[in-house]
Amino acid sequence: MKGEKMASMSRLQAESQVENRIGGPPKVEAQGFSFFYGKTQALKSLDLTVPENSLLTIMGPTGSGKTTFLKALNRLNDRVPGISHSGSLLLGGKDVYDRDVDVATLRRRVGMVFALPVPLPMSIYENVAFGPRKRGVSSKKRLDEIVEEALVSAALWDEVKDRLDSSAHNLSGGQQQRLSLARVLAVDPEVILLDEPTSGLDPISTLKIEELLRVLSERYTVILVTHNPVQAARVQGEVAFFYMGELIEKGPAASMFVRPKDKRTEDYITGKFG
Amino acid sequence: MPHPRRVFDRQLAKLDEDLLAMGREAEAMLGDALKALEERDIALADETIARDDVVDKYRFDIEMRAMEIIATQQPAARDLRRVFAALSIASDVERVGDYSVDICKTAKRLAEKPLFKPLVDIPRMERIVVQMLRDSLEGFVSRDLAIIEKMINDDDEVDHLYRYLHDELCDFMKKDPELVDQAVQLLLISRYLERIADHITNIGERVFYVETGELKELHQ
Repeated sequence: MKGEKMASMSRLQAESQVENRIGGPPKVEAQGFSFFYGKTQALKSLDLTVPENSLLTIMGPTGSGKTTFLKALNRLNDRVPGISHSGSLLLGGKDVYDRDVDVATLRRRVGMVFALPVPLPMSIYENVAFGPRKRGVSSKKRLDEIVEEALVSAALWDEVKDRLDSSAHNLSGGQQQRLSLARVLAVDPEVILLDEPTSGLDPISTLKIEELLRVLSERYTVILVTHNPVQAARVQGEVAFFYMGELIEKGPAASMFVRPKDKRTEDYITGKFG
Repeated sequence: MPHPRRVFDRQLAKLDEDLLAMGREAEAMLGDALKALEERDIALADETIARDDVVDKYRFDIEMRAMEIIATQQPAARDLRRVFAALSIASDVERVGDYSVDICKTAKRLAEKPLFKPLVDIPRMERIVVQMLRDSLEGFVSRDLAIIEKMINDDDEVDHLYRYLHDELCDFMKKDPELVDQAVQLLLISRYLERIADHITNIGERVFYVETGELKELHQ
């Protein structure tokens, strides 16, 4: 026997809202942040906080504003004609659009990995050493250390340690993408942005990158953009769903993929649009 | 261009169809088990017992289908809840079949001689339980939580009838030990019906879960 009284459905439904929050000081904070390409508004008063040393996956269909958000974070949009913004976009509490922000320094602090790996036409070693050299590291010993550390962190060292002088173009697509990550890591960033980094990779290489992101998020703030909800679910961490320039919903992957709060999130992850 | 979810939606619809068909089979078994009891029909009891294999097969088919959907479609959100609910519901409906078999076996024992009292409350319980089963599966397919609410209220009535019968049969046994054999069998049958109602209440909980995302006991 299961008891006596039936509780009312409406009360049960009201009780069913469970909040799940992740702590840690904020590393990236958008506060009412809007971004425009001419008259087209790509981001609409975005409020979003990414804690330090955490992993956020941003998913959404084409045109949802996810790549615009990444590009705003290290100001890759600066040379696009007609852009403007309003609100704040803070990195460690300071607005990245403040007049005194040095863009070169910002881009070192906020590294970016793109969909297609673009190795420089030089050796594996030189690809990784390129950034540190430009920052003035000249000691061979120090460069060796940085290259090894970056390649180890990018889970590529074991595969390339015996052929560091060979051309980076000889690496497979998955290896080239991890090399791109090693190049970002070599300049000691605080935030790593990845824009569809596995879109051209096979399933095994994709899983390697995803596993790597989980490990890296213990030391860095990682923001991954994907149009693939399955990837967002698999990577775990927090997931934000962008749609038409708005943040619709943000929360732990496990709960968002079992019981999303917003109908639009539900429709997107179940393949009803996008 | 065909709708991108066409295959997936067809797979989900087939899962619903199988669940409804399984429910109809279990409902027919339960009806025939009671008929075998009321009419002291041993042949019908044996035939009903044999039909349990059909219900069991539905359960395995639904389990296979659900696994195929998970493997090929990677369902999320309501779709995911619906697939898992179907698995759980199939397991509860299978238990309805199992208890119908138990009722048939008890009916065969009782068929040896006329009952010491007419059957009134047990057929009443059976009618309510059959309706609960129909409502629960209808609620699953039609996404209607009002049906589930009604069904859960019906479970209270089944519980009430069970307690009433329990006390009545115990009184008979105390007054006349000759009646113990039959009274115990009748008590067992009422207990089976009460357990069936609990399994159907579980189905209601799954329907509530699919629609709200909240998994909890609906009784307090």
